[in-house]
Amino acid sequence: MARQIGDVIVDLQNISLRFGGVKALTDISFNVKEHEIRSIIGPNGAGKSSMLNVINGVYHPQEGQIFFKGALRPKMEPHEAAEQGIARTFQNIALFKGMTVLDNIMTGRNLKMKCNFLQHALYWGAAQKEEIAHRIKVEEVIEFLEIQDIRKTPVGRLPYGLQKRVELARALAAEPHILLLDEPMAGMNVEEKQDMCRFVLDVNDHYGTTIVLIEHDMGVVMDISDRVVVLDYGKKIGDGVPEDVKNNPEVIKAYLGTSH
Amino acid sequence: MLYREAGQFKATYAEDSQIFPIRQDKIGFWLLMLVFGAAVPLLANEYWLKAILIPVLIFSLAAIGLNILTGYAGQLSLGSAAFMAVGAFAAYNFILRIEGMPFLVALVLAGLTAALVGILFGLPSLRIKGFYLAVATLAAQFFIVWALVKFPWFSNNSSSGVVTAQDVTILGYTFATPEAKYVLTFLIVAFMALLAKNMVRSSTGRAWMAVRDMDVAAQVIGFRLMRTKLLAFAVSSFYCGVAGALYAYTYIGTVEPEGFNLDLSFKILFMIIIGGVGSIMGSFLGAAFIVLLPIFLDNLVPAIFGDSLGAGFVSNFQLIVFGGLIIFFLIVEPHGLARLWQIAKEKLRLWPFPH
Ligand SMILES: Nc1ncnc2c1ncn2[C@@H]1O[C@H](COP(=O)(O)OP(=O)(O)O)[C@@H](O)[C@H]1O
Ligand SMILES: [Mg+2]
Repeated sequence: MARQIGDVIVDLQNISLRFGGVKALTDISFNVKEHEIRSIIGPNGAGKSSMLNVINGVYHPQEGQIFFKGALRPKMEPHEAAEQGIARTFQNIALFKGMTVLDNIMTGRNLKMKCNFLQHALYWGAAQKEEIAHRIKVEEVIEFLEIQDIRKTPVGRLPYGLQKRVELARALAAEPHILLLDEPMAGMNVEEKQDMCRFVLDVNDHYGTTIVLIEHDMGVVMDISDRVVVLDYGKKIGDGVPEDVKNNPEVIKAYLGTSH
Repeated sequence: MLYREAGQFKATYAEDSQIFPIRQDKIGFWLLMLVFGAAVPLLANEYWLKAILIPVLIFSLAAIGLNILTGYAGQLSLGSAAFMAVGAFAAYNFILRIEGMPFLVALVLAGLTAALVGILFGLPSLRIKGFYLAVATLAAQFFIVWALVKFPWFSNNSSSGVVTAQDVTILGYTFATPEAKYVLTFLIVAFMALLAKNMVRSSTGRAWMAVRDMDVAAQVIGFRLMRTKLLAFAVSSFYCGVAGALYAYTYIGTVEPEGFNLDLSFKILFMIIIGGVGSIMGSFLGAAFIVLLPIFLDNLVPAIFGDSLGAGFVSNFQLIVFGGLIIFFLIVEPHGLARLWQIAKEKLRLWPFPH
């Protein structure tokens, strides 16, 4: 592989997360290295989505510590995670339904846009220049994900597979260091899955973006991941390169062996 | 080939992101501006100017204000009239108490005062949404009107809070005639509508819509909820405040706090529902519709049914028509007249070959 996997960039230590009596995560430690594709697998309700929500500040764990680029990260809000270069997509599509594809993707660039609302109101000079400069960036993403023909379509009118792609586009528009993808291929047909796989690999390869991926399709996971972590009932039961995980008896018993 | 974008290629993103990318729309827009900016003040009679055109413009501005908050940022408000009252009484006091206060400066200060009050009453939106937020804005509606009546200072100790707007003078010229007041109102409203359109088509507007459509996702891509919501409250209240000041100064002349009651707030809400939630043009369509409909019915009903039915029937009939229309738009076309207009244009673009 051409890309060089770097140092640990996100390090979670002894994370526990509860919702009332429900233990979503119990004493989980794992890390993500720069430039790698790190997959999280496990049955439904295992705590995979909660894991991503902990990483980007949507949920705050009751116990444990998160280190980001070597520094202890204090409790942070999602927008602060975004400022640190963490972008994500959601398991249930979270697009802005009332906006076009183009506007949805443009929102991905908001942190890089510096004009204030008064400049926007006048739409003159700096504000217009900025809007156009970012539009050019967004068009690159649109071209990369091959969604040129739908840029002016309201997202609500798009089929499911394309909505997932637009959500990825919005996340990519932010030029993130770390991209969290929550089941980006769920509900897709084989062809759409192949496309999505190709995009994920391209992003990782081309921009060196670190990717944390939740995915149910074992073929895909074993194919594209550098390392895989396995959750079951909120506990970590396996962690390592795909080969090791595949042969881990506990994992086979809890997950691979059964028909989830 | 009447209305078509064929052959009009967009060479740059600047051209593609214009307000009216299609040439026919642009021509239509400037024609409208010419008609309402030049022809109307020359040709319209006093009744039309005073009773229809000026109020339509002012309500359009208030509707834009509410549309920014409710239509774009998704925060339901029932307090628009109260923010208009803040603007009206703020303008009155700035002009009254500060020697030589220029009218346009007073207007901006009135808007800013309303914006501050708007931010204050927008604070609950950081915790509550939807129905509960609407109730909180209802509290703002009642509290503000109550405070303006309760403290006579606001109305310079006049009886029951009634104040008479001072003359409107800009650079020595006094806007006394209906024509002059109309032109002034038109220019201010047109300018502010342009500013609003610019805000909603850039990053500010996208932040509002993102928070409206899915607030968790908005935060996750970096928008700050508090800042975004409070900005919507501030800008919205600014627009309502300026509308309120114009209401006092170029429309009715004599105002009292109770004139800015819940009825008026609902009227503005109905304007955006009928005109189009989340549309600047819809704000104008809705305001025109709601001002014109009663006048239209007043003339139509006696013409059809004769005079035998009496005035009571006519006003009840109005309520029935209003109610019916609002239900129609809420259920069938939540994006209002603006959307219907868009659909008509899409049809026209394909005509006469619909496939
Ligand atoms: N916001 C929440 N409130 C209450 N319980 C939650 C919430 N989010 C997740 N959970 C619970 O945490 C557990 C793990 O959920 P989740 O992380 O979504 O699992 P997965 O993504 O692996 O399917 C489930 O039991 C789920 O019901
Ligand atoms: Mg999940």
